[in-house]
Amino acid sequence: MEIPIFHLADEHEHADGSSTMLGFWLYLMSDCLIFACLFATYGVLGGSFAAGPSPKDLFDLPLVAVNTSMLLLSSITYGFAVLAMDKDRTGQMQAWLAVTALFGAAFIGIELFEFAHMIHEGATPQRSAFLSSFFTLVGTHGLHVTVGLIWLGTLMVQVARIGLTAANKRRLMCLSMFWHFLDVVWIGVFTFVYLMGVLR
Amino acid sequence: MIGFGLSVVLTAIPFWLVMSGVLGSNQATALAIIAFAVVQIVVHMIFFLHMSPRSEDGWTMMALIFTLVMVLITLAGSLWVMYHLNTNMMPSHDMSQLP
Repeated sequence: MEIPIFHLADEHEHADGSSTMLGFWLYLMSDCLIFACLFATYGVLGGSFAAGPSPKDLFDLPLVAVNTSMLLLSSITYGFAVLAMDKDRTGQMQAWLAVTALFGAAFIGIELFEFAHMIHEGATPQRSAFLSSFFTLVGTHGLHVTVGLIWLGTLMVQVARIGLTAANKRRLMCLSMFWHFLDVVWIGVFTFVYLMGVLR
Repeated sequence: MIGFGLSVVLTAIPFWLVMSGVLGSNQATALAIIAFAVVQIVVHMIFFLHMSPRSEDGWTMMALIFTLVMVLITLAGSLWVMYHLNTNMMPSHDMSQLP
């Protein structure tokens, strides 16, 4: 009788790092699901003000517009960094990455200022379901951006020390996907949380 | 660069629509900004993330579509279920019992 064979006798070789981009994309999709759950929670609880402050009382739209443009500009400057990377112009790339980091830090700074102001006014995460879900959703996004900034700093140091190796380029492309993805999530946040909040 | 220009415009318009109240009805404004958000997300996907049916032999597109279906179920499902739950569990008001 024929013995069944369950493994391939000759696994064909994969080039080093060839599946990294797809793998990272799949991680990003799972991150998308986390944000979907947080959005759904905000969708369900966003109208429960518990006689506390409502979006209209709290949201400073001009400041949010400035914040949004910080993140959008950081996405654009990262794009320029990748273009420089493709041409192996390390110096130019590092410069664009530094600008990206500054815009990202500005975004986080403004967001922290906004949170501090809200808490000072008594609009704490414990005040109402609307505020709990707001802080969780926007806070999680902010945490992601912060981690992205740490990653960005690390990569800038790595490139400065060992240069634009193939591995570093892969990592920069993964961070690129991460960074643009965060901007996509922010589009959802500013539309459904801030703009719709004021429209309620 | 096209992506950049489009994004700036697609962001500025919703903010302006809400802040100036130009469209009158809140519902119309809400629908408009949601439409702008969808378009801008597509712009981001194509111009910044270089989304295409060809990348990784179509697997990134496959993963994206699957994720979007999951997201839709999560959002629609949660909103639908919780709305019905709240409506059906609403205590009936007996005005004589209010302090």
